[in-house]
Amino acid sequence: MGLSPLEWPVVRQLRTGDRLGRGPAVTSARTRATEPRTSTADRVVQSVCPYCAVGCGQRIFVKDEKVVQIEGDKDSPISRGRLCPKGSASEQLVNSPTRPKQVLYRKPGGTDWEPMDRDRAIDLVVDRFLDTHRRTWVDRDEQGRRLRRTMGIASLGGATLDNEENYLIKKLFTAAGAIQIENQARI
Amino acid sequence: MAECHPVGFQWVTEAKARGATVIHVDPRFTRTSAVADLHLPIRAGTDIVFLGALINHVISTESYFHDYVVAYTNAATLVHEDFRDTEDLDGLFSGYDGATGHYDTTSWAYQEPEDGAVAKAGGNEHGSSESARSAGEEHGSGGPALEHSVVLRDETLQDPRCVFQILKRHYSRYTPQMVADVCGIPEEDFLKVAKALCDNSGRDKTTMFCYAVGWTQHTVGAQMIRTSAILQLLLGNVGRPGGGIMALRGHASIQGSTDIPTLFNLLPGYLPMPKVGDHETFEDYIASITSKDAKGFWANADAYMVSLMKSWFGEHATKDNNWALDLLPRLTGAHGTYQTTMAMLDDEVEGYFVLGQNPAVGSAHGTLQRDALRHLKWLVVRDLQLVETATFWKDSPEVASGEWRPEDIDTEVFFFPAASHAEKAGTFTQTQRLLQWRHKAVNPPGDAQSELEFFFEVGKRIRARLAGSTEERDRALLAMTWDYPTDAEGEIDPAAVLAEINGRDADGQLLSAYTQMKADGSTSGGCWIYTGVFADGINHAADRVPGRDQNPIAAQWGWAWPANRRVLYNRASADPEGKPWSERKKLIWWDAESGKWTGDDVPDFPPDKDPSFRPEEGTGGPDGIAGDDPFVMMADGKGWLYAPKGMVDGPLPTHYESQESPVHNPLYAVQANPTRVIFERKDNLFAPSPPAPGSDVYPFVFTIARLTEHHTAGGMSRWLPYLSELQPEMFCEVSPELAAERGLENAGWATIVSPRAVIEARVLVTDRMKPLRINGKIVHQIGMPYHWGVGNEAVISGDSANDLLGVVLDANTQIQEGKLGSCDIVAGRRPRGEALDRLLAEYQSRAGVTAATGTQRPHSVDTQGDSH
Ligand code: SF4
Repeated sequence: MGLSPLEWPVVRQLRTGDRLGRGPAVTSARTRATEPRTSTADRVVQSVCPYCAVGCGQRIFVKDEKVVQIEGDKDSPISRGRLCPKGSASEQLVNSPTRPKQVLYRKPGGTDWEPMDRDRAIDLVVDRFLDTHRRTWVDRDEQGRRLRRTMGIASLGGATLDNEENYLIKKLFTAAGAIQIENQARI
Repeated sequence: MAECHPVGFQWVTEAKARGATVIHVDPRFTRTSAVADLHLPIRAGTDIVFLGALINHVISTESYFHDYVVAYTNAATLVHEDFRDTEDLDGLFSGYDGATGHYDTTSWAYQEPEDGAVAKAGGNEHGSSESARSAGEEHGSGGPALEHSVVLRDETLQDPRCVFQILKRHYSRYTPQMVADVCGIPEEDFLKVAKALCDNSGRDKTTMFCYAVGWTQHTVGAQMIRTSAILQLLLGNVGRPGGGIMALRGHASIQGSTDIPTLFNLLPGYLPMPKVGDHETFEDYIASITSKDAKGFWANADAYMVSLMKSWFGEHATKDNNWALDLLPRLTGAHGTYQTTMAMLDDEVEGYFVLGQNPAVGSAHGTLQRDALRHLKWLVVRDLQLVETATFWKDSPEVASGEWRPEDIDTEVFFFPAASHAEKAGTFTQTQRLLQWRHKAVNPPGDAQSELEFFFEVGKRIRARLAGSTEERDRALLAMTWDYPTDAEGEIDPAAVLAEINGRDADGQLLSAYTQMKADGSTSGGCWIYTGVFADGINHAADRVPGRDQNPIAAQWGWAWPANRRVLYNRASADPEGKPWSERKKLIWWDAESGKWTGDDVPDFPPDKDPSFRPEEGTGGPDGIAGDDPFVMMADGKGWLYAPKGMVDGPLPTHYESQESPVHNPLYAVQANPTRVIFERKDNLFAPSPPAPGSDVYPFVFTIARLTEHHTAGGMSRWLPYLSELQPEMFCEVSPELAAERGLENAGWATIVSPRAVIEARVLVTDRMKPLRINGKIVHQIGMPYHWGVGNEAVISGDSANDLLGVVLDANTQIQEGKLGSCDIVAGRRPRGEALDRLLAEYQSRAGVTAATGTQRPHSVDTQGDSH
C-alpha cells in the first residue's frame, strides 16, 4: 500500500511543525484513530484510593456501566493527581477476572466449593447466627451481674471497610451481645 | 514512608527541596533512605533508647522551648511522693505486682493540693483491668480522666518532684554511648540527629515525626510513640504547623476503624465498652471515664454517650434503663483478636465473620491462625478474591504438607463476594482524620455486595425472625434502630447512615457541632467526634473544592474530625498571650478587636475565650479551660510529658528488650516489658534471650515490613497481574557479611527457622542491610516483607513471614509484637512434609525451648525498692 507523498515522514514533519519527529508526525493512522478511554467515558466519578491511608483522590471513568479507567484526581490537595503503583493498578482490582461473582459454599469435610444462591446463603448464615446466639447466650455471671453476651460469635474486619459499614457492624453485633468484634486496626 | 505511603511522601520531597532535613531511622534501607539526608539503621525494637537519648540531649543542653514547656505542658506539675521511677527500682515503677504482671497506678498520680492524698483520678482503675480492656486506646480523641483540674505547679521547674526533674533523672543514663551500644547507631550520627532536631525547633521552625507500625507493633509500642510525644512537647512542636507526630496509617480507613470502631473495647468516639460490675449504672459508667470537675470537652462525655444510645436504640434508650446501657453486653477482660484466636483453639467460638481481612497470612503466627479456623463450626469470609483465609481447608501449608486433610476439617465455610471501592458509596477516614466521600461508579458484579448492604440485610432478617420474641437475649436486637431508607433497588442509603452518625436535635435537624449534644436524651449522634460532617444538612465529606483554589489548609476538601480542624491543639501555635510564636509559623491567633480566635485553620479552642481568661480554681468542663490551656481534651489542659494516668506500663517510656532479643537489657535488670501480655502455650513458643542458654540457636533478628507494590496480606495485590509482576516473589534481604557467614547466594534460596515456623524465601544480598555492633557483639538483621501466603488462588504465592512470629502483646493496646523476632537462616529450600516438622522440633530441642521459655516476669517490688 503506497503512501501519498503528503504522508511521507519528512513532509509530515514539515506539515505538522513537528521538527524533531517525536510528536504527531510519527503517529500511525491507528494511533491517530485512538481516543483515550478517559475522553470516551460516559461519566467520571470522584473516589478515593482503597489501599493505604494517604487517601489519594481518584477519578473513575465509566463506559457502558463498566469501569474503564482509574486515574489520579488532580483536584485533590492531598495527592495532586498522583497515584502510586497500587492506586494505579486499582482498575485491575475492580475488573479482575478472578473475582468470584457468586456465593461459594464449602460443607463440613468438603473437598471443594459449591456455588450457592446468595439469598439462600444469607438465610443459612442467619440460621447459624441465631442458633449460636441462642445456645451460647449468657445473661449474668455467677455473681448475678449483667453480662448479656455471647462468646460464640466473633468478627474480624479489614480497614478498607467504610465508616458507615463499621457503624452498622458494631451496632448489630453489640445489640446481639457479640463482643469479640475486631479490626485490622488492632493488628 | 516513601515505600508505604508513596504519594504522601511527595510532601517530604517538597519540604526537602525547600531546605528541610530528612532523617530516616529504620533497620532497612528503603526508598525513603534513598532520598533522606541521613539514614540510620537501628536495631529493631530499641527506639526508646534512641528517642530517650534525644530527650536527655534536649534537656541537658537546655535546648527545649522553655516558654512553651512551662506554659503548655505538665513539666511544672508536682507528682506524688510515693512515685518511684525505674531508675530507683532497676526497671520497674512503683506499684508493680509480679504475680499478675500489672501495675497499681495509684502512686503515679499528681500531688494533691490539700492533704497530700493521692488523686483518685476519675475513678482509679487497676492496671490489670485497664490493660484487659486495652484502655489506652480510649484516648484516641482525649486524655484520661482526672478527678479534677487542681494541680500543684512549680514554674521554676526546680522542685525535685516536678515532672521536669523526674523526666531529667529518668533519661539521664540514655546517652549517646548507650545509643551506640543498644541501637547500633554511632555516636557521631546520633549527635547529627540531635543537632538537626534542635536547630529545627523553636519559635521559627518546627520538626515533624512520622511513624507507622514500626513503632506500634512492639511490646513497648505505645511507649515508643509516647517517647516521641515527650520530645515534641519539649521542643514545642505540637499544635503548630509543620510539627506534630504523624501516625501513618496503613489502610484506607484504619483511622475510621478506630473512630467508629469494630474493636472489642470501644464504642464509637472512643467511649469505652461497659465492663462487668463496674458499669452497672449510667452514672458509674460516666464516672469511670470522666469527671465534671476535670477540664475540657471530654467532661461532657455523658452527652456523647446518651446521644450514641439514642442513635442506636431511639425511644428504647431512656433514663430509666440507664440510657440503654442495660441493653449492652459487658466485657470481663481482654477480648482482642488474639484472645479470640486462643478461644477458637479452645473451641469456645463457633462462628467467625472475616470481612476484607486475611488473618491466615496477615496476623502474627499464621500456623496458629489457620489452626484456629479449623476449630470453628462456621466461617463467613467476605472478600474480593478467594484469600487464603477462605481456602485454608484446601490449600494451606498444613494441607500441602499432608498434616491436615480437607475431609477431616469440619468448618463450614461461606464465601461472599464483596463490592470494591468503586462499587459502593461511603467514607474512608484517611491518616489525617479526614473523611472523604466516595461516589459510587458502578454496581457490583454478579452477587457481590457491600458490607453495608450485607449487614443491613442480615440485620433485617434477624429481626424478622425474632419478631415478637420476649427473650432477654433478643431484646437489644429488636430495640435497635434499623429502619434505614433504601433506594429504588431496595439497597440501603449510605448517606443516611452517615447522617445518623452525625446526629440530630430534638426536631430531627442535623447537628452542626458536638457541643450541641445534650445528656437529657433530646439529641442523637452515632459518633460525637464526627458530628458536623453533616453540618447545615450538607455532606461535607463530599466537599471537593480543588486544592489549587484554596489555602494550604484546604478546609473545603473532605471534612476532618473534630469540627473540620486540620491541626489538633492549634491553640499552641500561638503564645500564651495569643500571638503567633513567630510570623513564619503562625496558624491561629487571638484577634482582640473582634474578641475571637482567628487564622488559617479552625481554632481548636473555645472560639471567644480570651487568652487572659482564668477560670475560678476547680471549674470543670470547657469553662475550666484557661485562656492559655491549649490541650483542650486533657483533664488539666496541658500536654503530658509525664502520664499520671492512661498508660498501664508506666508514666514514662522505659527501654525494655523485645520478647525475643539477641542481647541482655543493658539498662535494667528487667529484660522485657514486665506488663506484656503473654500466652504460655505449647503452640506459641519463644526463643530464649541472653544470657539464657540456647539463645545462640536463633542468633539473628528478623524484621518484617511492607513493599510499595503490595498491600498487607496480599488480598488486594497478589491477585493483580501488574503488582505481581512488579514484586513477584517472597524474599529475605541479608548483608554480604551474613551471606558469607551462612553461605547464602543472591537469588538463591534460604530457609528461615524461628521457634514457631520454618519458611523459605529467595535471598537478596545487599549492603543495604548493615551488621550492627551491639555492646561489642555483631548482630545481623534480616529484612522480610509479609505479603505472601501459601495457596492456589493468587497470581503469586509464597511462604508467609508472619508464620515466623509468636503471639505476645503490648498491654496498652493488645497489639502484637509483629515487627521482629529471633531466627536462624541457612542456605537452600525448606524441607517438605514431615521433614519440616522434624527440623522445627530439632531446633526447639537444641535451644531447650519450652512453653515457659521467655514468659517469666520480675518479682514485685514495694515502694521502698526492696524486692520480695
Ligand atoms: S495511590 Fe498509593 S499512596 Fe495513594 S492512597 Fe493509594 S496506595 Fe496510598
